[in-house]
Amino acid sequence: MDAPATYLSWNFILISVPNVLMILGMIAVFVVALIAPFPSHSEAVEPEDSNDA
Amino acid sequence: MREVSPAQQAEPSSWTLSLRRLIQRTLPLTHLLPDRQPVFVGSWVYIFGVVSIAGLIWVVASGVVLALFGPQWWHQSGVGRFVNSLHLWSVQVFFVFMVLHLWGQYFMAGWRDGRAKTWMVGVVIFAFSIVTAFTGFISQQNFDGQWIAVNAKDATNAAGIGSFFNVLNFGQMYGLHIVLLPMLVGTLVGVHVLLVRIKGVVRPIEKKQPAQPAGEKSAS
Repeated sequence: MDAPATYLSWNFILISVPNVLMILGMIAVFVVALIAPFPSHSEAVEPEDSNDA
Repeated sequence: MREVSPAQQAEPSSWTLSLRRLIQRTLPLTHLLPDRQPVFVGSWVYIFGVVSIAGLIWVVASGVVLALFGPQWWHQSGVGRFVNSLHLWSVQVFFVFMVLHLWGQYFMAGWRDGRAKTWMVGVVIFAFSIVTAFTGFISQQNFDGQWIAVNAKDATNAAGIGSFFNVLNFGQMYGLHIVLLPMLVGTLVGVHVLLVRIKGVVRPIEKKQPAQPAGEKSAS
């Protein structure tokens, strides 16, 4: 755990493996959020138009 | 002399009355604490925002405990190291879900229909959160903190703010990290949530209707 992280380098880009994993994980969660259905409520209402101005 | 109606006599004008009327007009209790929401509020994007706030609450709570006991405790005792880790990982949760919320709001153009203030306050929260995390990393009181501070010194000097903010000054950075910046971020998060309550959640972007051929009139 105390060892320094492995770094990936490509041209001017230098990034640690943990950071790459975090970014890939965030993208995966975002894609899942686009696909996964949201548990719906039967109590939903239409928004008030006056609230949109 | 101007005529004064009985209603005006009964309710004299004052700043408290004006403020009360302003609050009632801009933020009625039905908006502040709604019991039902439009169907499009059911979206993971808002769950991301709420999880981010939950992360912030954990950050503040663990930070208060760290501030109470001090650097020696958070580096050397088992419980201290646990609370220190809790502080670090709740920061990760706060940032990860704040960025996911930001991505979602960006792609759904959350600033539409008079919600520019809500979007901009969110952007400012993101910017100040980065500064807060930065001052936290250099307040660790270990070699990692010193290494970050020594490197950051050149960046702050190059940016022209080195004479105001000395990143090698632990007292200044720690003070900013545990008092001023958390107060700012916490207040702005409160303003952000209030603005969401005042303006409501943005409607989904509607599909464009296909263009009608020339000469054909709509039935309506």
